[in-house]
Amino acid sequence: MKKIVFSLCLLAVSLGMANAQKIKGSDTVLPLSQKEAENYLQKHPDANVTVTGGGSGVGISALLEGTTDIAQSSRRIKFDERNKLKTAGKTVKEVIIAYDALAVVVHPSNPVKKLTREQLEGIFTGKIKNWKEVGGPDMKIVPYSRETSSGTYEFFKESVLKHRNYMSGIMSMPATGAIVQSVSQTPGAIGYIGLAYLAKEVQAVAVSYDQGATYVAPSIEHAKDQTYPIVRPLYYYYEAKSEAAVKPFIDYVLSDEGQATVSGLGYVTVK
Amino acid sequence: MNTDKQLKFRNTARRGAKWLERGVEGLFTASGWVSIVIVLLITIFLFKEGFGLFQSPTVEKGYVLCVHPSNPVERLNASQIKHIFDYETTSWSEVGGADLEIRPFRFEEIFDYYAEEEFGPDYEFLPDKLAEVVAGDEGILAFLPEQYLPADRSGIKIVEAGNITVTDFFGGREWLPTSTPAPQFGALPLILGTLWVSFFAILIALPLGMGVAIYMSELAGERMRKVLKPAIELLAGIPSVVYGFFGLVVIVPLVQRAFDLPVGETAFAGCLILAIMALPTIITVAEDAMRNTPLAMREASLSLGATQWQTIYRVVIPYASSGISAAIVLGIGRAVGETMAVLMVTGNAAVMPTSLFEPIRTIPATIAAELGEAPAGGAHYQSLFLLGCILFLITLVISVSAELISKKQRQAV
Repeated sequence: MKKIVFSLCLLAVSLGMANAQKIKGSDTVLPLSQKEAENYLQKHPDANVTVTGGGSGVGISALLEGTTDIAQSSRRIKFDERNKLKTAGKTVKEVIIAYDALAVVVHPSNPVKKLTREQLEGIFTGKIKNWKEVGGPDMKIVPYSRETSSGTYEFFKESVLKHRNYMSGIMSMPATGAIVQSVSQTPGAIGYIGLAYLAKEVQAVAVSYDQGATYVAPSIEHAKDQTYPIVRPLYYYYEAKSEAAVKPFIDYVLSDEGQATVSGLGYVTVK
Repeated sequence: MNTDKQLKFRNTARRGAKWLERGVEGLFTASGWVSIVIVLLITIFLFKEGFGLFQSPTVEKGYVLCVHPSNPVERLNASQIKHIFDYETTSWSEVGGADLEIRPFRFEEIFDYYAEEEFGPDYEFLPDKLAEVVAGDEGILAFLPEQYLPADRSGIKIVEAGNITVTDFFGGREWLPTSTPAPQFGALPLILGTLWVSFFAILIALPLGMGVAIYMSELAGERMRKVLKPAIELLAGIPSVVYGFFGLVVIVPLVQRAFDLPVGETAFAGCLILAIMALPTIITVAEDAMRNTPLAMREASLSLGATQWQTIYRVVIPYASSGISAAIVLGIGRAVGETMAVLMVTGNAAVMPTSLFEPIRTIPATIAAELGEAPAGGAHYQSLFLLGCILFLITLVISVSAELISKKQRQAV
């Protein structure tokens, strides 16, 4: 019975069910895509959207192999990946569906409320070791990072550390929730988390990317008007030739209703 | 007549039973062989993948490091490359070259120099542009994809970086597996971290475990034992991730406040959790060994006028000593291989362990946290397999010694 259903499904797909589409990739984008797909399916009961995670790299290689229609990614497609797609005779199109801001957080009791990018670089590369060097009390700085496998780890390294390596022996936590937990119970802690995870137990600091001329606190408004610097776009990648099939869903995500879901989940809207 | 029939029937039944017996025997033999072969295959696979690391280049596969042709530097090792790209080594004279400032250049930076259109639709002009950049700066150290090297290599010079060596891996002190251009695979902090946290966990668990084992086998009444034994077995049945969660939320803040530390995720928090997790193993094995002391020996001791306490530490413990050693070794084995709980409470910082009150990183935690995203077949992936091999050897030594010790006990009986 199962087999018959399965082959019928296959048949339906091969007959060109224009609405069937698969989305695969980044775990950061995953909750957003899932929610969007859920809402989309309610409006279009005949459509068929499946969303899976696995990481940005996984999504893009699936696009290369043709096993997904849309690759969701929390980073821009790498030069190598675009090259591979090109060699395979595929042209990819890129859409930014939302933005994700990273907040730098400290313990609520910490009097340091603002830091420059250079200071952050010094802290996370191990050059600045005490809070008094950045205008705080005489207390050891305990930087928390994510595990090397996370896209957030790479983005923070690229944007804030300018590709320098984190200090060897930085504390690495397996999940964003663990960073919130640890920072909230360690007075000297500093860490970075997605804006959506910002909670009362931790204190976000204002960040300056112009040597201390202007400090901007992380918030959805500041991310939207592009004054907050640690913001990364979230992308959908798809093949140019399957544009007709994926367009309705992408249009929905970019519509007012779709973007309302984006801000509802704590991400930043495109417009 | 009747008996004849019965006999015949009995014979058939016996023959049938014999066939069945043989079938079952064959099945058992086959399953034994299959599991041996599977274990061997897993081991071979583990070592094959792991040792592939030493055939991997130091610089990321598909990329090379180039310098200006006038630069005399021929070779750079992994840590030199890392220091240069972290702007910690800033002059060529520090790595055997001229007194000239080093300018690290990453391939992506080319897109800041030229507009995307200038490279042509298929990047056919890219190699020339790269050659232009390299030729234009005497102090440059450029990290470029092999594919886009200029066809005419006169304008650039490739720096040799060689393969990852055994000393890099076992002697290196930095674990930065995703650093570009040269990942750092120094496993020493991870190996020592694993042994460090397990050793102190056993140091904590041993007195506690022995105390409980002595109490249960010698002092506790039958009723108390009936309550204690299942309770301890329950302790062994709690999933390790639950221990880890408990550790993160309760033990970590407790350790931090009790010792007034800047950070609670320390080796000590890991030791406490591992000690709790190793306790059931130690208690059960040690208690069994003590209860195996023959009644005659105890009675002999008591009848000579020894007190109960004298009997315990002069007769029972020496008699059960090899069983107790086996308990210790098995406890260490439990601690060495533990993944989830340690991942959550030790802070996972790959530093050489020097004190109990600093974060550390263990081998199992590293494998669990990193394998999911390591590109299959790459150097990072292989290095994690090699870590697996090391863990395998550690636990192998532990279980072989446990086996030898308990064999000694059996011979003593």
